Amino acid sequence: MNVLLYLVPVALLLGGLGLAAFVWALRSGQFDDPDGAAERILLDDD
Amino acid sequence: MSCCTAGSSCAPAPRKTEPRSMEGHTLELIIPGVHCAGCISRIEGAVSGLPGVESVRLNLSTRRLRVGLAAGATGDEVIPTVEGLGYDCRTFSAAEAGSAAQDRQGRELLFALAVAGFAAGNVMLLSVSVWSGAEGATRDLFHWISALIALPAILFAGRPFFRSAWRALKGRSLNMDVPISLAVLLAGGLSLDAAISGGEEAFFDAAVMLLFFLLVGRYLDHRVRARARDTVGQLLSLMASDVTLLVDGGQQRVPVETINAGDMIRVAAGERAPVDGLIVDGQGDLDRSIVTGESMPVTLGPGDQVEAGTLVLTQPLTLRATAVGQHTFLAQVVRLMEEAESGRARYLRLADRAARIYAPAVHLVALLTFIGWMLVTGGDWGQSLWIAVSVLIITCPCALGLAVPAVQVVASGVLFGKGILIKDGTALERLAEARRVVLDKTGTLTSGHPHIIECDLPPSAMALAQGLAAHSRHPLAQAMLTGQGATSAPAPVLTAVTEHPGQGMSGTSDGSVIRLGSRAFAGPGNGVTVPSGMELWLSIDGVPQGHAVLADTLRDGAVETIAALQADGFAPLLLSGDNPTAVADTAQAAGIADWHAEQRPEDKIAAIQALMAAGQKPLMVGDGINDGPALAAAHVSMAPASASDLGRAAADIVFLSDRLDAVTEAMRTARRARALIVQNFGLALAYNLVAVPVAVLGGASPLVAAIAMSSSSLVVTLNALRLRLPGLSLRRRGGAPKVARTGQEVPA
Repeated sequence: MNVLLYLVPVALLLGGLGLAAFVWALRSGQFDDPDGAAERILLDDD
Repeated sequence: MSCCTAGSSCAPAPRKTEPRSMEGHTLELIIPGVHCAGCISRIEGAVSGLPGVESVRLNLSTRRLRVGLAAGATGDEVIPTVEGLGYDCRTFSAAEAGSAAQDRQGRELLFALAVAGFAAGNVMLLSVSVWSGAEGATRDLFHWISALIALPAILFAGRPFFRSAWRALKGRSLNMDVPISLAVLLAGGLSLDAAISGGEEAFFDAAVMLLFFLLVGRYLDHRVRARARDTVGQLLSLMASDVTLLVDGGQQRVPVETINAGDMIRVAAGERAPVDGLIVDGQGDLDRSIVTGESMPVTLGPGDQVEAGTLVLTQPLTLRATAVGQHTFLAQVVRLMEEAESGRARYLRLADRAARIYAPAVHLVALLTFIGWMLVTGGDWGQSLWIAVSVLIITCPCALGLAVPAVQVVASGVLFGKGILIKDGTALERLAEARRVVLDKTGTLTSGHPHIIECDLPPSAMALAQGLAAHSRHPLAQAMLTGQGATSAPAPVLTAVTEHPGQGMSGTSDGSVIRLGSRAFAGPGNGVTVPSGMELWLSIDGVPQGHAVLADTLRDGAVETIAALQADGFAPLLLSGDNPTAVADTAQAAGIADWHAEQRPEDKIAAIQALMAAGQKPLMVGDGINDGPALAAAHVSMAPASASDLGRAAADIVFLSDRLDAVTEAMRTARRARALIVQNFGLALAYNLVAVPVAVLGGASPLVAAIAMSSSSLVVTLNALRLRLPGLSLRRRGGAPKVARTGQEVPA
């Protein structure tokens, strides 16, 4: 069961990274226009 | 904020997203037609090239264009540019579009939702290990890790509920958030106790999962929530700030507040009358739509009364002020509006009504469970409290919390796709309850602008007519420029263009006198006039060349919409500020039996209030400033996007399409949504009927609670998605009460 000593912190760290990434995306306004973001990748100029 | 010394350069860092440097400002436009990447590049490309434009961003999700303008730039070219690309666009005020403060609230909820989701996922991982057989030290370790994740998450993500519950308790009432807060906090506390004492079961997973599901509901609810209404401020902006006062033969600009009754003032063409007054000198065409809702100007001369807010179109007028300040017509409309908005009984949402019964019942059941187990176990308060908390968690309204918002989000999404914007979260519920439909005529039932419906002018004469018409603000002249039969030939050069109020206009081209106007002014003199509609004749040196017939036509789909409303028993009622003949014609064309003409704003609001008092819950559909008070007073209201700013702000629902079908479409969706909400309540209740006895008897282990909560939430959400299925028809049951139909007009 010693493997738990590594795996549990690793799981929490990965989950925490996901949470931090989401908060960053939210703060920088990436959820303001989901439809637009989907279409903008089709534009050539940016 | 850092303090900067005098003389040092402390300009804010130039950030592209914040174009608020100095006096720069943003312009918000709604463009209903945008749908793809091509639209984005075309619009952003064209607008960013305009002078004074600092930033452009088209939001495809909300269909809004945000243009950051440099200090001093007016952005006048933005709208014509977008329209030139073939898109419809309209300005939206910040109040209509939803303020930044609301956005922050939404982000806070989303942040809390993310934290709860993270905690729920990780705690569930650990809980599954416990359920599948972890024992002894491992189980205790897992409980401790769960506690470390869950407790901060509960305190953070639960804040929206704790705040609301605290507010309710301070107001000595119960809302749904009280049992939620109690259950989450008690479950967290008791589970911590279990972790400390090495107990077998902990409810950490149930507590955070409960928060997660409830926050999903709360966030969805927030997205359809009410926008701030800022109608009165918009009305007041119609009042002029400066006035040209005539003193001793001279003129001076003075603030409107300094005008007294009896003062002589001058109103230039294109200005609004600042006060009520009598015309002393001058004759002109005036747009009295603020009083009557009619865009067609009336010709007034010396001795006629002019209301504040009336727009002077053609000639400057001299007025003697008769009423100023709080006594003007416009101020009275503002007062009516304020009364209507404050007098409107606060609508109790369906979910709140359910919570009023549900919240006390939940507490009672939990308390009785606690007492019952105390008696059975002979005073083992630990076990009794544990079971009581499991009852609170099981009954906590995951499904109930999602029942309404899930349906509303789907419904407003469906309507948004059809160009119908819901401005108020309760609007759909109220729309489903409407039993009577009241419509305005001009701009609502009709398109609001005259169109050419018949034209026998040769192309050369048409070009002359358009050359003349380009000089006028008169709606008939504007119609000549845009209507069918419009030529693309270069407009001939006209000189000495003069407007003759009430008659037409004249000008000179190649030495001949061109006249465009009424039959008497430019036509063959007196004769038969067209019964409904207006004629515009063109003459060259007194010889009539032909004429165009113009009329304000019914909106597309108006006849079908009215017929559908009649068939469903809504007995549409037409209230118009226009004259009885015109209203009768339109009513007949649209198939409306019940109409009233010459209705002023106070008459309309009185009619609405009479219907409200009779329990008929009217839906008001209107567009004008004169409809504003009635829109605010009605049980629920709709306005077309072409409506006045005030009309749009006062209405609960705005439709962007030019077709009147939007009204029946919205009503149908609202009724389907209501039926689904009721079904969802039924599902949530059925779930409770099964789960509560199990929990009361002590059978609700954390595993059972986890399965019950997620499955009931899933069922309710899936049921809400049925609204998207086409062809699911939910017919009205019972039908509206039959209303006596009267055909006579009310004396004005």
